[in-house]
Amino acid sequence: MIRPESEGDLAAAVREATGPLRVQGGGTRGAATGPGGGLSVAGLMGISLYEPGALTVVAAAGTPVADLEAALAAENQRLAFEPMDHRALMGTEGTPTIGGVVAMNVSGPRRVQVGACRDFLLGVRFVDGTGTVVKNGGRVMKNVTGYDLVKLLAGSRGTLGVLTEVAFKVLPDVAATATLRLDGLDVGTAVAAMSAALGSPFEVTGAAHLPGDGATLLRLEGFESSVAYRAEQLTRRLARYGTAATVEEAGLWRGIRDAEAFAGTDEDVWRLSVRPSAAPDVAARLSGARLLLDWGGGLIWAGVAPGTDLRARLEGIAGHATLVRAAPETHARLGTLPPEAPAVAALSRGLRAKFDPRGLFSPAAVDA
Amino acid sequence: MEMPVPDAAVVADKARLVTRLAEVLPRDAVIHDPAQLRAYECDALTAYKCPPLAVVLPATTEEVADVLRICHAAGVPVVPRGSGTSLAGGALPTADSVILGVARLTDVLDVSYPDRIIRVQAGRTNLSVTGAVEEDGWFYAPDPSSQLACAIAGNVAMNSGGAHCLKYGVTTNNLLGVTMVLMDGTVVELGGGHMDAGGLDLLGVVCGSEGQLGVVTEATLRILPKPEGARPVLMGFDSNEVAGACVSDIIKAGVLPVAIEFMDRPCIRATEAFAKAGYPDCEALLIVEVEGSPAEIDEQLGVILQIARRHDPVELRESQSAEESARIWLGRKSAFGAMGQINDYMCLDGTIPVSELPRVLGRIREMSEGYGLEVANVFHAGDGNMHPLILFDANTPGDLEKCEALGADILRLCVEVGGCLTGEHGVGVEKRDLMGDQFTPEDMEAQMRVKDVFDPSWLLNPAKVFPLPVSEARRMAAE
Repeated sequence: MIRPESEGDLAAAVREATGPLRVQGGGTRGAATGPGGGLSVAGLMGISLYEPGALTVVAAAGTPVADLEAALAAENQRLAFEPMDHRALMGTEGTPTIGGVVAMNVSGPRRVQVGACRDFLLGVRFVDGTGTVVKNGGRVMKNVTGYDLVKLLAGSRGTLGVLTEVAFKVLPDVAATATLRLDGLDVGTAVAAMSAALGSPFEVTGAAHLPGDGATLLRLEGFESSVAYRAEQLTRRLARYGTAATVEEAGLWRGIRDAEAFAGTDEDVWRLSVRPSAAPDVAARLSGARLLLDWGGGLIWAGVAPGTDLRARLEGIAGHATLVRAAPETHARLGTLPPEAPAVAALSRGLRAKFDPRGLFSPAAVDA
Repeated sequence: MEMPVPDAAVVADKARLVTRLAEVLPRDAVIHDPAQLRAYECDALTAYKCPPLAVVLPATTEEVADVLRICHAAGVPVVPRGSGTSLAGGALPTADSVILGVARLTDVLDVSYPDRIIRVQAGRTNLSVTGAVEEDGWFYAPDPSSQLACAIAGNVAMNSGGAHCLKYGVTTNNLLGVTMVLMDGTVVELGGGHMDAGGLDLLGVVCGSEGQLGVVTEATLRILPKPEGARPVLMGFDSNEVAGACVSDIIKAGVLPVAIEFMDRPCIRATEAFAKAGYPDCEALLIVEVEGSPAEIDEQLGVILQIARRHDPVELRESQSAEESARIWLGRKSAFGAMGQINDYMCLDGTIPVSELPRVLGRIREMSEGYGLEVANVFHAGDGNMHPLILFDANTPGDLEKCEALGADILRLCVEVGGCLTGEHGVGVEKRDLMGDQFTPEDMEAQMRVKDVFDPSWLLNPAKVFPLPVSEARRMAAE
């Protein structure tokens, strides 16, 4: 495993590579596939700039997520997109890095209200497959200068280059949080209730449904009196779905964020991204699977018997399904990422060939 | 500002091209008469003009694909055009190019409140997207000043922003999918009604690519439920530094206003003379707007006013009614018109880190005195997106050139302090030749590789974004 301590050394390591590289941050997201010599980004660490008054932070890609979150918390700010920690789900150990979050575009329950990781990413520096350092975006909140490679790099799973530095817009932390719970709703009714909540002016920052528990959960955040007011208004608005009860917070949304319901089981785990209104149909087609609905039904985690081809059961549903946890053989047979339409696949292939002409980063993805 | 020499062979072959276009489009959708072409010789950057070879106005994705296939085969450059409101010259034609206007693509295709999305044809205007859903209590958030006229296609091409993006983000944060036609006529679907990409985020790089990667014909947009209410407060300060510090303190306090607008004294005076909004005559003025229920607004404004008082404001005016709110916004919204009445002006769009506001304003004042041209500042302070307006007289020989030189100096200053050349208007031709001040050759090479993949023949809007010498080899190779 090569572990460069600077961007220059990392670029040199890429230039000198003679075969595929297995790029990794903290190695907690279990996303690496294929062979190759290891290249760790964990040696690039530290926050280089943090201006709370400008809501901006810049950090090296190997910076532990926990370090970044602690620095923000000290100023009463946070990464609003609420990045998931994959360790429980994937059964991995190690230290999640911020570069891994970006490489996978990892976003949590609050994505439904405020946006995803890619929406808060202001700038990147990365080393492409030729060993050239490229910067794009910057540290300011509005920037349309040149093409937006920032978005292209977010979620690219390391296939276009190795991230070395990332810049984020951060947001103030909140004074108060409340969670409302509705019980006993079937998936169709739960999605309708979540849509009604998300379609209200009360800025619901989490909308999840746990079919196993029969629980539908809605989160409100803000100033104390504001949260109380919104909880009351929302309860009234959702009366036709049942009586919403306020429930204890502790760990609830972290558990949803991290898909903890699937931790330690022997199921294959899939991650589906669909229109919320398609969720009831998806749930019906996946009867027998264990489900967790987030993003008001737009994100569905599904636990199924090992080796199941879940995509085959979702024919005609717009959106996509990613295989998150399964045996290597299953990943190889079914494909980790959803298949793309031929014209889109040609564009993706073309971009990978341009940014990584020697094929160092593909098919090996980042093990974040 | 230079443009490439038109391809003489393409110009000479105009008649045949027009015949071919007329075979796939209705008669009135192909414009080739020189007098009519004049209407398309420029966009809102009126300093530069050049009539195109022809203009086409397709009404369906299939017609767009047909047009592009014909132009691709004939090696004719295509310049996509939304409503022609670009301040950066994004839709400026060359004499050998075909303008592809999306003005006939205006339908609403789908509205889904449970999914919180609307799908529209890309020629629909920004404001009429909100118009399609507002009776039901919804709106589309990005609100560029030109929103009455500008098209979603242009918004996507330039990744347009607006006054309210501190809270709601810019176009890219509110765009979930597009139907796009590549230069060779291939139709691709990117994204859709779901919330993230399954593979590479191609939608993310298409948004803001200034019409150089494909022609967007349909877009799926995120719509939001309207807030219960909104209320602005107006604050006047006797120095830019203090106003800048106040902005920073508000943000640090954990309040997230939907808008923080900043005007300096030259702008306040010009605006007041024009719109008579009752603004105080002071050095710097802030308009801060928050949203929510009346009680929530009271609470947020309470925090904001407390901070403002610590900075010794010369004026502090909280709106008590819808009428007062409108008056507070009146001056800001008339700022550009007010400037236009005084003189010709050039509107810049650089972004800077918020912490650099006072220093940058000071330097701009020095530069303005050095050049002998007045600069008024009005901008989105919450996100550091500045709009210095340089006043000049187009009828005075040499004034435009002087104005452009000052503008370039100001933009270089934005880059120098850690910002960028353009926050929401786009590069177009206006900032094209300054790209080398922000990016290394390698940075630009990486961006141009994306165009190589989407448009290998470099025919889509080829003379924009990248300095001509930087893109020359690619444009020549493709010819």
